Amino acid sequence: MPQPVKVPEISKADQERLAQTGIDLSLQNRCGSYLQMDQDIVHSECSEQGIEVLPYKKAMEKYDWLKEYVWKVVSPDKDDITKYVAAQKDPKGYVIIAHKGSSNIFPIQACLFLGREQIQHVHNIIIAEEGAELHIISGCSSGEKVGHGAAHYGISEFYVGKNAKISFTMIHNWSENIEVYPRSASIVEENGVFLSNYVCMQPVKKIQMYPTATLKGENSVARFSSVVICPEGSYMDLGSRAVLEGKGSSAELVTRAITKGGTIISRGHIAGKRASTRGHLECKGLILKDGVIYAIPEIEGSVIGTELSHEAAVGKLAREEIEYLMSRGLDEDEATATIIRGFLDVKISGLPEALQKQIDASIDEAEKSGF
Amino acid sequence: MLDIEDLHVKVGDKEVLHDINLHIGEGETHVLLGPNGSGKTTLLMTIMGYSQYVITEGKIIFKGEDVTRMKAHERAKRGIGMLFQRPPTISGLKLGKLLTAISRAKSENIPELARSLNMDRFLDRDINKGFSGGEIKRSEVLQLTIQNPNFIMLDEPESGVDIENISLIGNAIGSLLEKDKRIVKRQKSGLVITHTGYILDYLETDRGHVMCDGQIKCHGNPREIMKDIKERGYRECLECRNP
Repeated sequence: MPQPVKVPEISKADQERLAQTGIDLSLQNRCGSYLQMDQDIVHSECSEQGIEVLPYKKAMEKYDWLKEYVWKVVSPDKDDITKYVAAQKDPKGYVIIAHKGSSNIFPIQACLFLGREQIQHVHNIIIAEEGAELHIISGCSSGEKVGHGAAHYGISEFYVGKNAKISFTMIHNWSENIEVYPRSASIVEENGVFLSNYVCMQPVKKIQMYPTATLKGENSVARFSSVVICPEGSYMDLGSRAVLEGKGSSAELVTRAITKGGTIISRGHIAGKRASTRGHLECKGLILKDGVIYAIPEIEGSVIGTELSHEAAVGKLAREEIEYLMSRGLDEDEATATIIRGFLDVKISGLPEALQKQIDASIDEAEKSGF
Repeated sequence: MLDIEDLHVKVGDKEVLHDINLHIGEGETHVLLGPNGSGKTTLLMTIMGYSQYVITEGKIIFKGEDVTRMKAHERAKRGIGMLFQRPPTISGLKLGKLLTAISRAKSENIPELARSLNMDRFLDRDINKGFSGGEIKRSEVLQLTIQNPNFIMLDEPESGVDIENISLIGNAIGSLLEKDKRIVKRQKSGLVITHTGYILDYLETDRGHVMCDGQIKCHGNPREIMKDIKERGYRECLECRNP
């Protein structure tokens, strides 16, 4: 059995903030962990046979071939964020390798905690080799005392091998002071499946991300889902992109966005570049308080035989639905929260139950305070 | 149980119900008849407390208490319930979750009750999403069974229901209204809107009312009124009262 993670210098309140992102320091129902506080790697291990969780530097020393996977799907010259991380002499972050045929029932948790430094940077490489199945929950949070203008720069490169599967569930619990710039991309080989789930129910000063999945292999699949609530003062520029290159590949991009006064830009792009490909993009937005939901769904078909669709809707809570529940005895606040909870309910097919429960739990937590 | 006095109701700028008076005693079930657009559903929604129906004059007294200004959930808590003809679809809200919310942690056996209405397979489905006419009505009856109101309004409970399901729904509504109990023991009351009258095969009703143009124009024995309407149509039926 893995030993519980010993975390020095973390207050009870911060531990709770971490727990809200699905990070379980007792390691129950987790097969491995990576914990980085600011730039210090506190913990890195995995008890599952065939799966390794290594700090970036250690992984590079251990496996020479890993060089081939560095800055391959994300370009170091992409923008200031990637340039900053690429220029680091002492790169941090994690490498997770699910070797051929391995699989984990309990997810690996990767926790990135920003406690006091101005910039936390990570470079992560996640590999599922042929036939492997890898489930990761990534919880990102910041301490109560973190200063204004602190930022998290995270590069993540995913490689989903032939017949392999990666699910990556990211739950954010930052604070009003923090800017977050994930830069991630994935390549999916033949029959591979890549599931990416994003949940953010808490304030953040600014987040900007636009992960891309390139579905290179035949019959490969990508599903992105994002569930976000944006309070006043938060700015969330979120997107996801799928490039359908392999014959028979498919992608589904689903977003549920609620603004309570903040700004959400919900981007999505599916490019159908090969015959027999399918893609669907869906963005539903709810405005609970004057703010912005700017949905920019793009579908781009360039060959005969690609089928792409999108639906986007931004609206308000329907009075009729609220009163229907009130007629059953729920008061107005209960009725409203119940409808919002339903709106945010996105079931992701292929996701292990434990992870779906974790996503549900973090939304339930927000429901407790009436959203 | 329910007393409506001189009720006037507006939707937007327009008065849609004029001077409604209605008394429904404990244990009684009444039938509300009338052509399409006559205001029957409006009356039920007003009694339920839907906010778009604004009461400008008159009162609604329920079990001796003035509920005229109360919101829908306060009326529901006092024992008013409604079976909707076309309830909304609520994405992501599972029927089972709603039933749990309605039951308020009472020890109702939800799966058992769902099974009795042939709705056990629907507990994990988004409420009303893709439900057939009969499924919608069964879901409504199931919700009401758990809510257990004393006064139940039924807006066309048979519409969209096939022959096979009508007896299931009819009998379930019958037991909601305690039709299986002796009259002296019966405490539940009801108000039913029906066009076809099929539901009346399962529910003995005590009194009928005919609505037209937002007014109740006539009262009487429900079977007699129904027969009259079937034979002569609404036009003539109402003309006899409004020469």
